[in-house]
Amino acid sequence: MKLLNYTSKYLAFLLLAVITLWALAFYYAMLDEIYDSLDDGLENQKILLLKRAKEDPGILDNNDFNKHVYSFTPIQQQQYENHQERYQDTLMYMINEEDFEPVRIYESTLKAEGRYYKLKIITSMVEEDDLIEDLVSYLIGLYFILVLSILVLNNLLLKRIWKPFYDLIAQLKSFNIEQKPQITLTPTAVEEFNLLNTTVSELINSAHKSYNEQKQFIENASHELQTPLAISINKLELFLEKNSLTDDQLMHMASVLDNLGRLTRLNKSLLLLSKIENKQFQEAEPIDFNVLAQECITDFKEIAIHKGIDLKLHATDGIQFKMNKDLARILLTNLIKNALVHGKPQNPVTLSIANKQLKVRNTGTASPLDAELIFARFKKIGATEKSTGLGLPIARAIAEKYNLTLRYTFDGEHTFTVQFPK
Amino acid sequence: MKILIIEDEPQMLDNMRDTLEQERYLVETASTFAEASFKIGSYDYDCILLDIMLPDGNGLNLLKQLKDLGKEEGVIIVSANDSLDDRIQGLNMGADDYLPKPFHTAELNARVQAVLRRRNFEGNKYIEIGNVVIDPESRSLTIADKEVILNRKEYDILTYLISNKTRLVTKAALAEHVWGDHIDQADSFDFIYSQIKNLRKKLENATIKVGAVYGIGYKLELD
Repeated sequence: MKLLNYTSKYLAFLLLAVITLWALAFYYAMLDEIYDSLDDGLENQKILLLKRAKEDPGILDNNDFNKHVYSFTPIQQQQYENHQERYQDTLMYMINEEDFEPVRIYESTLKAEGRYYKLKIITSMVEEDDLIEDLVSYLIGLYFILVLSILVLNNLLLKRIWKPFYDLIAQLKSFNIEQKPQITLTPTAVEEFNLLNTTVSELINSAHKSYNEQKQFIENASHELQTPLAISINKLELFLEKNSLTDDQLMHMASVLDNLGRLTRLNKSLLLLSKIENKQFQEAEPIDFNVLAQECITDFKEIAIHKGIDLKLHATDGIQFKMNKDLARILLTNLIKNALVHGKPQNPVTLSIANKQLKVRNTGTASPLDAELIFARFKKIGATEKSTGLGLPIARAIAEKYNLTLRYTFDGEHTFTVQFPK
Repeated sequence: MKILIIEDEPQMLDNMRDTLEQERYLVETASTFAEASFKIGSYDYDCILLDIMLPDGNGLNLLKQLKDLGKEEGVIIVSANDSLDDRIQGLNMGADDYLPKPFHTAELNARVQAVLRRRNFEGNKYIEIGNVVIDPESRSLTIADKEVILNRKEYDILTYLISNKTRLVTKAALAEHVWGDHIDQADSFDFIYSQIKNLRKKLENATIKVGAVYGIGYKLELD
C-alpha cells in the first residue's frame, strides 16, 4: 500500500471516531439548549397568564387542552404549598401530523383571585428522532466530504510533494552497478528529500567507485601475473630441453607444466572477463554465426573424435549479428567446450540454428543443473579438475554485453540457448 | 642472424635470449627505452622483439622511431597487456607480429623464424629438411619428390615441429599453436596423440620423424 493511501486509511478511521464522538456531544449539548430554551418560554407564558388572569379571570376556568395550550385546575392550599415546579415529557396526538408527538408539559401552581390553581402549559417539543436523523445524515455527509478532500489533497498535493522520492525510487529500481549510474535528482524544497537525494547519490558514487576499482584491480592483478607465469613456464621448458631426465622426473615436470598451464588459462580467463566487463572489445562487425559455428566445429573435431562425441551442426535458419569477432568466437567455443567436457562419450553434441536461436545441446547427468549456479564464477559442477570454472560466466558476460539472452534448460539433454533479436 | 630483445624484466630476457641462442642467432639485448633507442639507431638487426611496456617509455614509440629511420627490421611485439588496442595499433604501425605473454619457448621460436623467413628468404620460398620439402605458400609437402597430402592441422603440426626441430615442443604449446587460443580449456591435450599418429604414418618415407618426450610433448628428429 502506498504511503499516501496508508495515511489516508488511518485518517479515515480516525475521522470516523472523532466525528462520532463529536456527534454525540453535539447532540446532547443541542438538546440541552433546546430544553433550556423551551422551559424559559414556558415560564414566560406562566407570567403572561398570571397577568392575563388579573384582567380576564375567565381564563382560570379553562381546564381543557383542546382549546388552549394551558389548563387551570383548582387545588387546596395544602397542595399549593407542597407543590414543586416540574417539567414532564409526554406524547400527545397532533392533528396536523396525525400521530402522537412529544410535548413538554410545565406543571406549576399559582394563586389568583385568592384561590389556588395548578397550571399546566404544554408546548410542542423538538422531535428527537428527526433531530438525530438529520444530524446523522449531515454528519455522514461531512465525513465523506472530509475523506474525499483528504484523498484529493493527497493525490494532488502530496503526490507533488513526494515526486522527488518516487523519482529516486524509480531510478534505483533500474540501478545496475555494472553500468555507469545515471541518477538524475529532482530538485525539491523538502529538506528530508534533499538529504535523501544527496545521501543516495553519494552512496551510489562511492559504490560505483569501489566497483570500478575492484574491476580494475582484477585486470591489473592478472596483468601482473602474466610475466612471472611466462618466466616460470619458459624456464621449465628450457630446463627440460637441456637436461635428460628419467621418465619419473619427466612426469613430475609434466605435472608442474600442466599446472602452470592451468594457472595461465585461469589468469587469461579472469583477464578476459574483466576486459569484457570493463567495456573493452569495442570493435564490432557483422558475424555470420552459421559460418562461425562451422569453423568452431572444425576446430573441435579432433577433440570430439577423441572423446567419441559426434559434434554436428543443424541449421534451418541464418543468424547474422553485429558484434566483436573474437567475443563471438569465444562465446561459441565456450559453449561447445562446456558441452564436450560434460557430454557423455558416444553421445552427440548438437549445435542448432533455428528461429534466431543458437542452441548447444549435450547429454550428461540425468537431472537438471541449477540454472543460476552454473553461470556463477568458479562454480564447478561435476567438472574435471582442469576446467577454470569461468567458461560459462564468460559466455554469459559476452551475451549480456550485447543484450542477448543466454539461458540453460533441461529436457533430458542440457541445452544452452542464445536468443538473437528477431 | 642478429636479433635484438627489448625487455625490462631480466629473467624474461634471460629466457628469451637462451631460447634464441640455441638456434644460433646472435642475440643482443636492451632493458630500457633509452638503451633500445640507442641500439636501434646505431645498429641493424634482422628481427626485434619489443616489449611495449618499458619503465622509461612506450615501446610503440620505438616502432615509430624505426619507421622514421626507414629501417626494415622485422618486429615482434611482446606484451603482457594482451589488449586488442595495442595489438591493432602495433600491427598498424608496422609490427610483423604480436606475441602475448605468457608464451611457450617453442612459440617464440616459431614466430621469430616466420618473421625471418618472410624478411630474408624471399628468394628461397621452400623449407627443406632431410628429404622433406615444404612450400609455405601452397601449404604443400613433398617427401622424396613425392607429394603427400596433409590436412590443415597436420600441416600446422609439422611446420611447428620443424620450426623447433630437435627441440622439445610441449603438448600445450602444440595445441595452442595449432588449435588456437580458445581451445585451451578442453579438458586434456590427449587428443593430440591421434593427430601425431596420423602424421607419423604420412612421414613413413621421410628422413625425419616425430619423437615423443615421455608425458610432456614431442620432438622432431632427423635420421
